[in-house]
Amino acid sequence: MAKIAVRHLTKTYNSGDVTALEDISFEVQPSESFCILGPSGCGKTTLLRLLDCLIPRDQGEIFLDGEPVTAPRPDVTMVFQHFGLFPWKNLAENVAYGLVLRGHRKEEITRRVEKYIKLTGLNGFEKSYPYQLSGGMQQRAGLARALAVNPSLLLMDEPFGSLDAQTRETLQEELSKILEQERKTMLFVTHSIDEAIYLGDRILLMSPRPGKIREILPVEIPRPRDISQVRSDPRSVRLRAYIWDQLKQDAEQNMRGNT
Amino acid sequence: MKHSTYTWRIRFLSLVVVLTVWELYGRSVNPILFTYPTAIASAFVELVSKGELQRFLLQSLEVFLYGFALAVVVGIPLGILMARSTTLSLALEPYLHAIYSTPTVAFIPLIVLWFGFRVTAKVVIVFLFMVFPILLNTHQGVKNLNQDLLEVARSFCSSERRLWTDLIIPSALPFILAGINLAIGRGLVGMIVAEFFTSVAGLGYMIVQYANAFETAKLFVPIVVLMALGVTLIGLIKVLERKIAPWQNREQD
Repeated sequence: MAKIAVRHLTKTYNSGDVTALEDISFEVQPSESFCILGPSGCGKTTLLRLLDCLIPRDQGEIFLDGEPVTAPRPDVTMVFQHFGLFPWKNLAENVAYGLVLRGHRKEEITRRVEKYIKLTGLNGFEKSYPYQLSGGMQQRAGLARALAVNPSLLLMDEPFGSLDAQTRETLQEELSKILEQERKTMLFVTHSIDEAIYLGDRILLMSPRPGKIREILPVEIPRPRDISQVRSDPRSVRLRAYIWDQLKQDAEQNMRGNT
Repeated sequence: MKHSTYTWRIRFLSLVVVLTVWELYGRSVNPILFTYPTAIASAFVELVSKGELQRFLLQSLEVFLYGFALAVVVGIPLGILMARSTTLSLALEPYLHAIYSTPTVAFIPLIVLWFGFRVTAKVVIVFLFMVFPILLNTHQGVKNLNQDLLEVARSFCSSERRLWTDLIIPSALPFILAGINLAIGRGLVGMIVAEFFTSVAGLGYMIVQYANAFETAKLFVPIVVLMALGVTLIGLIKVLERKIAPWQNREQD
């Protein structure tokens, strides 16, 4: 059974005037890393928020392990582009956030916080506050917080979008390693073609205004993947050129449509 | 840190220069109209040794603290309630803003009429001076909730109760403290004006009494005490702000 199945999802704004997403349907298999790629304004972030039920949908259904989803679920966690750490909580408390909400026992919380702080390479900073940490470290904490509750589905909303190129690449590599260890199903929203190819088993390519599925593409590069090898791999070069072409067509169409 | 010794040196030097000039000039002026630092210091010693200053100060502090406590007890919960209930906020906001915009001093004769000349009237006056900044800031603080963090809380399936302890209260606290900071300045004004109007007690009365007696040096003593009181109270709030919301001061520093 699919981990998550989306059927005919539609979302409009301004009481139906603006269609953000139109008839989105896809399935993601357990342990799959599924990237949602598209230019800004194509509704990919809206799509992720719909999947987490943070915003209401107009039409369509979402099934998680075959069950319909209508409200945020404790076994689905999100990593946000804006990090979303609580400034008044230190790093350990931020990572513990989901665990505390789920009412875990104290020792269990301590154990898991320790584990995920270590996994994300943040040990030694447990007592630091977010404002004392770099953007990259804050997002590691965001990732640790999302992983700590042992979610069955991980939603990533352009998590590395606001980081500098080097930090971004390091975090991509680490995320890839972590996923190999933890075997999570992941939906990863990005506007970076390279990021989508490196992290994704499949890529959902969106076209904008209204947001629609253009194509779902498999990434046929075996794991474990090395980031520089992936970049020079002929399969990825071909894929990147193809995606680039598609995005360009959309952009041109869009410009013609606007004039 | 290197900067800070420089800062303190300039401040100290400035203080020495100003006090010296004041002293030299003050001695040459008619003592009914003006005074000078050493005269104030000896008046201070005299008033303390007689116990007069302490007595009046305690009377003032009593009024101030009751008014302050009342303003906090009313202002914070009402501010929270208004932020949570649009109906209540819409219903009350016009009056609150109207009263806040009116110079509070204008209400004093009315309050005296209602509550008399004793402690109660003065507490009500101080309360009136202090409650609005606390109330309105609390309202703002709870309302201006960080929407990104609210989304995080919802995504992690936070309960309503946990939302308050994890998000709403901590994010409103700096606003509340800023309101209290404003309120302290206003509250001290309220306290002194109330004492001018009403009483035979407190530092305000002391000021009026010595002004009428043309004892200018003694007149300055309660003023200096008030200055110290204001600086201390606001300093305490600043320390508290730094403790409670260290991430906020960082951007300002």
